[in-house]
Amino acid sequence: MVQVRTGTYHDSVSLMRVSQALSGLPGVEAAMVAMATELNRGIAAELGFALPACGPADLLVALRADDGTAAARAAAELDRLLSGLAVRTAGRDAAGHPPRTVRAALREAAGTAGNGGTTANGGTAAGAAGEGDATLVLVSVPGPHAFAEALDAVEAGLPVMIFSDNVPVEQEVLLKRRAEETGALVMGPDCGTAVIGGAGLGFANVLRPGPVGIVAASGTGAQQVACLLDLAGVGVGHILGVGGRDLSAEVGGLSTLRALEAFDADPATELIVLISKPPAPEVARAVREAVEKLATPVVTAFLGPGEDDLTAAAESALRALGAEPPAWPSWPAVSPGEEPSGGEGGPGTGAAAPGEAPEAGIGSSRAAAGRRTLRGIYSGGTLCAEARLVAGTGEFTDYGDDGYTRGRAHPMIDPALRLEALAAVPSGDVVLLDVVLGHGADPDPAARLAPAVAAAVARGVSVVAALVGSEGDPQGLAAQAQALRAAGADVFASNARAARHAARLAGAR
Amino acid sequence: MTLPMLSGEPRVITAGTEVLGEALDAQAVPRVTVDWRPPLPGTAGDLARVLADPRRAAANARAVDRLTSARPQLAAVRPAHEVLDLPPGAFLHAGPPITWERASGPMRGALIGAMLLEGLAGDEEEAAARLAAGAVRLEPCHRHRTVGPMAGVVSRSMWMFEVRDAEHGGTAYCSLNEGLGKVLRYGAYGPEVIGRLRWMGEVLGPVLRAALELTGPLDLRALIAQALQMGDELHNRNRAATSLLVRELAPAMVEAAPRHAAEVLRFAGGNDHFFLNPGMAACKVSADAARDVPGSTLVVAMARNGTDFGVQVSGLGDRWFTGPAGVPDGLYLGAYGPADANPDIGDSTITETAGLGGFAMAAAPAIVRFVGGDVSDAVAATRSMYEITLAEHPAYQIPGLGFRGTPVGVDVTLVARTGLLPTVNTGIAGRVAGTGQVGAGLVSPPASAFTAALAALAEAVPAG
Repeated sequence: MVQVRTGTYHDSVSLMRVSQALSGLPGVEAAMVAMATELNRGIAAELGFALPACGPADLLVALRADDGTAAARAAAELDRLLSGLAVRTAGRDAAGHPPRTVRAALREAAGTAGNGGTTANGGTAAGAAGEGDATLVLVSVPGPHAFAEALDAVEAGLPVMIFSDNVPVEQEVLLKRRAEETGALVMGPDCGTAVIGGAGLGFANVLRPGPVGIVAASGTGAQQVACLLDLAGVGVGHILGVGGRDLSAEVGGLSTLRALEAFDADPATELIVLISKPPAPEVARAVREAVEKLATPVVTAFLGPGEDDLTAAAESALRALGAEPPAWPSWPAVSPGEEPSGGEGGPGTGAAAPGEAPEAGIGSSRAAAGRRTLRGIYSGGTLCAEARLVAGTGEFTDYGDDGYTRGRAHPMIDPALRLEALAAVPSGDVVLLDVVLGHGADPDPAARLAPAVAAAVARGVSVVAALVGSEGDPQGLAAQAQALRAAGADVFASNARAARHAARLAGAR
Repeated sequence: MTLPMLSGEPRVITAGTEVLGEALDAQAVPRVTVDWRPPLPGTAGDLARVLADPRRAAANARAVDRLTSARPQLAAVRPAHEVLDLPPGAFLHAGPPITWERASGPMRGALIGAMLLEGLAGDEEEAAARLAAGAVRLEPCHRHRTVGPMAGVVSRSMWMFEVRDAEHGGTAYCSLNEGLGKVLRYGAYGPEVIGRLRWMGEVLGPVLRAALELTGPLDLRALIAQALQMGDELHNRNRAATSLLVRELAPAMVEAAPRHAAEVLRFAGGNDHFFLNPGMAACKVSADAARDVPGSTLVVAMARNGTDFGVQVSGLGDRWFTGPAGVPDGLYLGAYGPADANPDIGDSTITETAGLGGFAMAAAPAIVRFVGGDVSDAVAATRSMYEITLAEHPAYQIPGLGFRGTPVGVDVTLVARTGLLPTVNTGIAGRVAGTGQVGAGLVSPPASAFTAALAALAEAVPAG
């Protein structure tokens, strides 16, 4: 069955969920529900569907089932899921006229705020946001279209987080220059993580409020540092993501510099942590000069050879605040048949002093003689880069990279590619992977990961997991750790220590 | 720099992936959802280029401010040959430029009628032959600070409303309204049509002129604002505005022309669309004030000639961007039906250009059936136009929307981004020359006119 529905639009993530649900139905061989973009038409064609003429504004439904009954059941389920999406969208606004652009949303909000008499029919869209104007805009439309929505926010002087990737760099520069004129802040593009006043945007952990402000050109880097601080009892007020390209020569750190200034002007921020891959040299100089002028102390983590890893940066931040870094939690694997020891296995499991390699005891029985290949199977780009640097060996793949996310959800949401990779690891190798918790991420990553880990361990693969999460995260840090260790993985809250441990298992050091 | 969002509760506008919005809902963070959809096909590159034009925001602010601050006043009524560059053998017509060969039935009928009125042909056949031979110069009304409803044909002996913009000093013209039924603007050219046009030149025009000389200029901005509050949208309903105009002029007519006052008042008062024409001139003079602002993406004219629908944009001078005119969807008079309808025709879309007509449908519940649907459709039509306009009119307000200003100033980039096309109310002309009006309804402009204008704006963005 191939259908083209006109006049319907849903975002790609919602539709991927629908496709996933249909594919899982009994008797359904292949199911694809997607906007008929060139890319999606290509994928459908590869799946063997013959397509009628259609374009990016059309909804494409392609379904292949074993028999008519299965097809009818899938079609009914499709209608149910799609009407669910439609209700969800319309339900936002009782009047049924949700704004179509960020500009219109801003205008509706401003109109209501400025005119108390408009309540009878007008300004209902702003009702959802309550009294007052919006303070922030979150843009996650497809990259080629993100510029227009982000520019609406910038021209209104509002901070905007651009989650979208594939935004041309010249548009990024233009947005950030324009933001300097209007007093806005551009977070992104390709900004996966921000925390503003306790609200997590994108992939974000639940953090206790506190004196640390994080400026991050790297989402998972910020998540690692924030979670470690949180585990050490130190709160993070805000994470301002700036986008992975911000500190490149082309962009010149425009948003980083603005974010540093904003934190410096914020009386609640006592310490700033700046996290990025190594910047372009001239940008590094400019950032250094800016940092020197600030009244607020800054801890910098530029992840590169010879630089501190993220865990070391978190420890520096703690010392700067006068706190002693704790022993970072780890949860050793439970061998098959063995009862999990220590129940919750929470913080403090690794009792040795930091830096002392407390993981020596963990999994040492499997640290057999001879070299084993270390395979990093990552969802977080910065975590992957850090692990590669720390381990100094192995084959690392970042499944969150653009090359793997075209036409599918991020691996923090959809684990399918990483599960395939895990299943393909040969016996005897060592697998190092990250599991990132928090808002936006898989609501229960261990549910699908643990069986795959157990299967790998059963065929003689060693599995080490870096579990990046806070105790407040909705998935439950302890529960996720328990599920993974019960499946046979050695679990660490610190990615750097997970990497060192994995390298040791592989016999590299 | 300080960032207000670092202190205080976050309130978020989300556009895009719904999963991210749901994560905010789970945290009880208040948010407004944008119902985002992809832009019109093929416009992404042009949009990015035009939106990046550093001149755009200020240019649009200036252009739409000129449009909404215009103060149109009905200043005079004068024969066309006194005020327009209209030598014998030259006619104006509605919409973008058109030739006899491409002209539709009603346009041809009106041109034939003008030939007969001006004595340039003895009968219909001769008129058609001369027009086909190119003996007459045809130019768009818009090129001459003029607008004309339906066929919009203007010849030198016709009388014109003269509207001046007291704010910016512009002037615009529109012919006098002939009433409904068999009329020239719908392509009819029979003896009663020509006879009425002669009477309008000999009696109606001079009486109106004399009356206006006594009253002085009439404030059309105030009159339109009042009419909106009395249930007009000023395109397909002009009943309140006509009554207000007649009320203003009646005493002066009696004083200035006691012999003809009764027949003129009877004519004007008996035609619910009498105000359409001065209203169109008011819209034209307002829209013209917004012309020629470099970098502005504001639409300053939308007009149809019965074959093409065309738009002009502030930042692009006098260039027309056209697409095929659609057939209106509406109600038909008597036994007429869609098969009798001509494609969309007339300059009366100047009302929508200036934030009236279809954009003000929510003000005119009385005619929602005429243009299809019920009151909620009218409200929805007006609401959706806020999406594609740059401003809300400070004077033209809609009581039913809490006196919110009408959506005004169509932005080409917003049309492309939302795919929402201007809502246009219109009369429907018969397809066959000489038929007259067959109905009224709603019509959608062709998206291609707007995407073509967007492409031209993209080309006009300065390099670097």
